[in-house]
Amino acid sequence: MRRLARAGVVLAALLLGVLLLGAALGAAGYDAPRALRALWNGSLGSSYALTSSTLVRMVPLALTGLAVALAFRAGVWNIGADGQLLVGAACAMAVGLGTTGFPGSLSLTLALIAGAVGGGAWAWIAAVLRTRFHVFEVITTIMLNFIALDLVAYLVRGPLQEPTHAYPQTVALREAARMPRLLPNSRLHAGLLIAVLAALVIWWVLRTTATGFRIRTAGSNPEAARVAGQIDVVRLTHRALVSSGALAGLAGAIEVTGVTFALYEDISPGYGYTAIAVALLAGLDPLGVLGAAFLFAALESGALAMQREAGVPSVVVAVVEGALILFALVVARPGHRAWMARSRPQRAVNRTAESRS
Amino acid sequence: MVVPPHPDGAVIEAPSRPAVSLSLEHIVKRFGTVVALSDATLRARPGTVHALLGANGAGKSTLMNIAFGLLRPDGGTTLLDGKSTTLTSPRAAIAAGIGMVHQHFTIVPAMTVAENVALGRRGPYHADVSRERVRMIGAQTGLALDPDARAGSLPIGLQQRLEIVKALAVGARVLILDEPTAVLAPAEVVDLLAALKRLANDGGTIILITHRLPEALAVADDVTVLRDGVTTWSGPAADSTQESLAAAMLGTAEPVDGEKARSGAAQSGPPRIVANGVTLEDDRGVQRIRGATLEVRSGEILGIAAIEGSGQHELLLALAGRLPPAAGTLTLPTRIGLVPADRQRQALVLDFTLFENVALRGAGAARGRIGWRSVENHAEDLLRSYAIRARDAWEAADSLSGGNQQRLVVARELDGDPQAFIADNPTRGLDIAATAAVHAHLRAARDAGAAVVLYSSDLDEVLALADRIVVLHAGEAREVPANRELVGRAMLGAT
Repeated sequence: MRRLARAGVVLAALLLGVLLLGAALGAAGYDAPRALRALWNGSLGSSYALTSSTLVRMVPLALTGLAVALAFRAGVWNIGADGQLLVGAACAMAVGLGTTGFPGSLSLTLALIAGAVGGGAWAWIAAVLRTRFHVFEVITTIMLNFIALDLVAYLVRGPLQEPTHAYPQTVALREAARMPRLLPNSRLHAGLLIAVLAALVIWWVLRTTATGFRIRTAGSNPEAARVAGQIDVVRLTHRALVSSGALAGLAGAIEVTGVTFALYEDISPGYGYTAIAVALLAGLDPLGVLGAAFLFAALESGALAMQREAGVPSVVVAVVEGALILFALVVARPGHRAWMARSRPQRAVNRTAESRS
Repeated sequence: MVVPPHPDGAVIEAPSRPAVSLSLEHIVKRFGTVVALSDATLRARPGTVHALLGANGAGKSTLMNIAFGLLRPDGGTTLLDGKSTTLTSPRAAIAAGIGMVHQHFTIVPAMTVAENVALGRRGPYHADVSRERVRMIGAQTGLALDPDARAGSLPIGLQQRLEIVKALAVGARVLILDEPTAVLAPAEVVDLLAALKRLANDGGTIILITHRLPEALAVADDVTVLRDGVTTWSGPAADSTQESLAAAMLGTAEPVDGEKARSGAAQSGPPRIVANGVTLEDDRGVQRIRGATLEVRSGEILGIAAIEGSGQHELLLALAGRLPPAAGTLTLPTRIGLVPADRQRQALVLDFTLFENVALRGAGAARGRIGWRSVENHAEDLLRSYAIRARDAWEAADSLSGGNQQRLVVARELDGDPQAFIADNPTRGLDIAATAAVHAHLRAARDAGAAVVLYSSDLDEVLALADRIVVLHAGEAREVPANRELVGRAMLGAT
């Protein structure tokens, strides 16, 4: 299967990238073995690192990665997952803090819904600008990222600021309204299940439903979708962009209810941008997004450990990530190949063999 | 008559430059094994408008691309002011005083008129100088433009005017316009032709590519006609008539008997497609069809004959329910098959499998899940019954040859006995066997009771297959008896 072959290529590239990193660190005078050991221990080397760091970090990367992959599959270039995540986080926090009289699980559910709606609404702005005024969404979604950042900065210094007005952040969410933990003594929360479920649903929708087929067609050849398929491409891409924003907004809601418990300006270290790399590395395949998000989460978790323990600046891991993406883009063409063509079943090949003999 | 380039931009004056003549003598041009031009001659005299006429594929654009240095001829000579010249690039042509206005504009929409006019010039940009240049050219030639208007916000007619002004601003004395009227509304055509006439009276040499006869006769001093890469007529416009030019353009092939092609049994039935005063606009909002009234009956093939740019693609898309009319009423059946003009861009998703491409028809209205297994089996059936050469339905559409791609489109669109079948140039690029197969399918659909509409850029194909013929000229539709000469003249706008 193509998906496995792709995973193999990516892992080979990863190994190569890490070796290059070690060589570069050694050449630069760092203690390379120690740095690489820290990279390993901080990501996958212990169950605590795995569950409390890597998997926790994977959740927002997977959901924003899915958001980007869905939009790209429909031919809409949503570069604004980060802003949609921030707006989703802000909406979720506002609802979470505003429903203190509700049962905790209801408050949490409403907060998650508010996050998705907020992220969707943020993307809707770009979608309207695209469909009504023909403004290229790459520009608008990036610009909306900065506006979202300023919006959050305002909220945490104004309407949502904690009562002492000492810190630019909200009060912490009460425990009952937080995301439930999956494991004892770990930071891993139920958001991981939501991310996995979202990937499975999107994968299923794209593969088997008429809506998914329309999305893939509009992304691959919008003109044929319109003329031969009689698909309303404008409306379809509009909805795809809004849905993409909702996924990113959900990521933000999960982040504030499951990890930070409060809203402040830098809740996202650029998840929405890394998401583009995640989606491309996955070849825009929703199941591949889970794998790519895990990989990036592990690398970035390990990088922080490397900085702590070996004094290596964590940004050097960006070198590995970059090498990974370049390698994957060159070796395995991403994305727009037909879904079905990836998994030609054995029986079809056999039938051909029979018909030729 | 025109403003010469001023690299320093300091002085603006308009000394009259001597007018020049451009002669292309016995030009030969081959593309691989295809001979585009075998003996093309055109002599444009200074101070005149010279119309270059020819049907689709006659070689008009090829000849003019040679004159502008875009193509190198394989034989023949180019004379500029009587001196033999080799133009190796558009840059060389521009330096020699030749300007060309292409069908597709080359303006930068986000820039102002003055900035566009300054593009391609060396040295620093002086906004005032460029603005003044635009005003000056406007005053001298009547091609007035607001120098500060954003080029992209101008209507099509003024964008074209900007293209002409750009050419004049770099000192063009020979101006070639490639079918400039095709994109214009009728009122804009009148303005353009008047402006061209003025430029010629001021000593410019204008070569106007067109395939609209009345236009050519209205404005041109001289006319050259190309057919199949050969100059078949050349001389003063005063010596030619619409009839003589039409004959020179289309030749006098054996008349094709439309009835001969009919299989006999089918009788046309009730009307399936009724268009009443339908007006259509393309995606830029330019009107392409004006007040078309026609009907297509069950069991007949309606042939559409038109020269390129007459609005045929818009009409066919509308008859297939893909383009809503801007005005008028259109009654269509529910099941319509469409073979669009560009199969790779409009009909197929090339990186999808064959069965996904089969599922594309009706995808807009599909609900719920798609039963891919049954779609796949159905696609296999179509591959067999239409003799499409493919390994299996899992193959990607781009691995098929052009002929097999077209068969797949025809198979998909004829599937399920459509009540109407619209085919836009369905045999373009196909070999003889594939063409015959498509013809057989069209006739079979007709005989099965479908209302069939066929447009082909090959007039003889339309005449051979159609039961009735509607000719489009400059956006207007009218029915014409299935007679080669009458249809040909109507296509060219001859009255």
